[in-house]
Amino acid sequence: MQPLTKLNSRVVALPLNDIDTDQIIPARFLKVTDKADLAANLFADWRFTADGSPRPDFVLNQPQSRGAQLLFAGNNFGCGSSREHAPWALTGFGFRVVVATSFGDIFRNNALKNGLLPVRVDADTHQKMREVLEENPQGEWSLDLEAQSLSLPGGLTVHFDVDPFSKTCLMRGTDELGYLLSFMDQILAYEQAHGKQVGA
Amino acid sequence: MNQPKNIVQKIWDEHLVAQQPDSPALLYIDRQLIHEVTSPQAFTGLRQRGLQVRRPDRTTATVDHALPTLPSPDGTLAGRLGLADALSQKQIAQLETNTQEFGIQCYGPASDRNGIVHVIGPELGLTQPGMTMVCGDSHTSTHGAFGALAFGIGTSEVEHVLATQCLLQRQPKTCKVEVMGKPGKGVSAKDIILALIAKIGVAGGVGYVLEYCGEAIRALNMDERMTVCNMSIEAGARAGLIAPDEVTFAYLADCPLAPKGAEWDAALEKWKQLPSDPDASYDRVVTLDISNLEPMITFGTNPGMGMPITANVPFPSDYSDESQKAALEKALAYMDLQPGAPLLGHAVDVVFIGSCTNSRMTDLRQAAQVMRGRKVAKGVRVLVVPGSQPIKRQAEAEGLDKVFLAAGAEWREAGCSMCIAMNGDQIEPGQYAVSTSNRNFEGRQGKGGRTLLASPWTAAAAAVTGMVADVRTLLDD
Repeated sequence: MQPLTKLNSRVVALPLNDIDTDQIIPARFLKVTDKADLAANLFADWRFTADGSPRPDFVLNQPQSRGAQLLFAGNNFGCGSSREHAPWALTGFGFRVVVATSFGDIFRNNALKNGLLPVRVDADTHQKMREVLEENPQGEWSLDLEAQSLSLPGGLTVHFDVDPFSKTCLMRGTDELGYLLSFMDQILAYEQAHGKQVGA
Repeated sequence: MNQPKNIVQKIWDEHLVAQQPDSPALLYIDRQLIHEVTSPQAFTGLRQRGLQVRRPDRTTATVDHALPTLPSPDGTLAGRLGLADALSQKQIAQLETNTQEFGIQCYGPASDRNGIVHVIGPELGLTQPGMTMVCGDSHTSTHGAFGALAFGIGTSEVEHVLATQCLLQRQPKTCKVEVMGKPGKGVSAKDIILALIAKIGVAGGVGYVLEYCGEAIRALNMDERMTVCNMSIEAGARAGLIAPDEVTFAYLADCPLAPKGAEWDAALEKWKQLPSDPDASYDRVVTLDISNLEPMITFGTNPGMGMPITANVPFPSDYSDESQKAALEKALAYMDLQPGAPLLGHAVDVVFIGSCTNSRMTDLRQAAQVMRGRKVAKGVRVLVVPGSQPIKRQAEAEGLDKVFLAAGAEWREAGCSMCIAMNGDQIEPGQYAVSTSNRNFEGRQGKGGRTLLASPWTAAAAAVTGMVADVRTLLDD
């Protein structure tokens, strides 16, 4: 996992509510056995016409989206299916941060395991950020994960919550399995104490 | 005296392995179910790290999402694999290789117990009260019907559980959902859960585990309880559960892998301790009175956009919130529906009866009740897809297959089928489908397809009339 500490980036605006993981990556692209190439079909049904050509009116096809690492969404982003292919497709495209007023629980967990930071803001803050974005769609926003802040053009700085464990994992680029494996003695002890050992 | 606990807190405490300050808890997972679509990268991860599956005895696999449900040309169950495309064949073969290599029981395409992961788990007796269960599938909440804490996870977490039998978790908040009243004619468990999601919204349950209780829940059989718990995720809740009772125990007593003999007696003793203590507290309480509930149907592109069958499609101007207004406008444009218009009488192209929500015997019997002696309306394609091979055999023993076939419906092999549009079963762009599945998201049943979620009764009514219909007019009193 790539560490995430600071970044400056333009922002892709997709401020719709309830964007589900079927939109992020439709099920027909889940037949893969690896994580590569999913980005090519990120938001496939919004991004491409029936014959596969890009829809010029969809934001990801517009020049300002190229290289953007920040996605600005609406409420309940990533609801629906548990498919981790959704964060794989988003990070494959280059996104490292998604801003929303809330996230689907499973998506949020999956995002954090892939170096994708879900930034949750309240509705008023979201509205202010949206106004900045509408005024200055090309402007770069700056993330400082250590300070837990996003700085927007024009002076708006937004502070957000992130739990200490996830923050450390993101900043170091470490994944959680190593941490889990360090508890093997306790896991064995739990199994013995609860009659859950092999063969019990 | 100890602090009173609700069932979620009891299960949580029983499975807590470790808890470090400022870190999530290690929660022990009693059982993991896996399928072909969300597990390959987890096994790849294990191999890259040189890890083993720690507890293959607590892991069970099936093939359901990508497996075609068409009857195979050679008449064998395994022959269905030949109908899958090359990518799906590779994915399914990889699951079989992975499960063989790591010693995991797999109910694959050739198994006479194959079926949808959330159908076969309970059917086999793998799902038991008080367990923690996970699967790389959001509808894992289904297993909560037995009083298990069961939730969907991503592929990284599938790998974590394969490697350690534990997950890093934060203790969920709890929400008591009290459902009162008796259902009227033609009102099923599906209508109850669609009404609840319409009430609290698709983000209404985010961060919570829902405990369904109240007289209307107690009156449900296990198939119906599974329908309710299945769609907890559609309200944003990762899990939903129902405390076990005599109905639960009677179901489990017949399951092949449930405890037997002295082990059953011991298990039963523990299971009876699970229901929430009388004074247990919850972070939130929601109530729903179903006394006057009508059959429900969705009109939009998420499961919260539902309404009584006789209602009219809402107007965007009914909403004060700008983002909700925009969401409804976008949904109605996609669905090509007019605000203020009724859905009753709206023509449908396809009817799908199946999925982990509604593919069990209760569902098939209800659909057959409407279709018996009637014909599928001209031009309507109707798929009836049992949730598992045992359900298929049971339905055939009861003659339900003949009812569906005589009406002009297709009777399929078990699988996820048209719920997910990745196995050959799907609707065409612009088509309207009344479906008993769980998601009406854009493109969910096929690119450009339009899904109206409803109960098996309402779906069967659409099948025989060719339009959205009120099943109460077709059912005897």
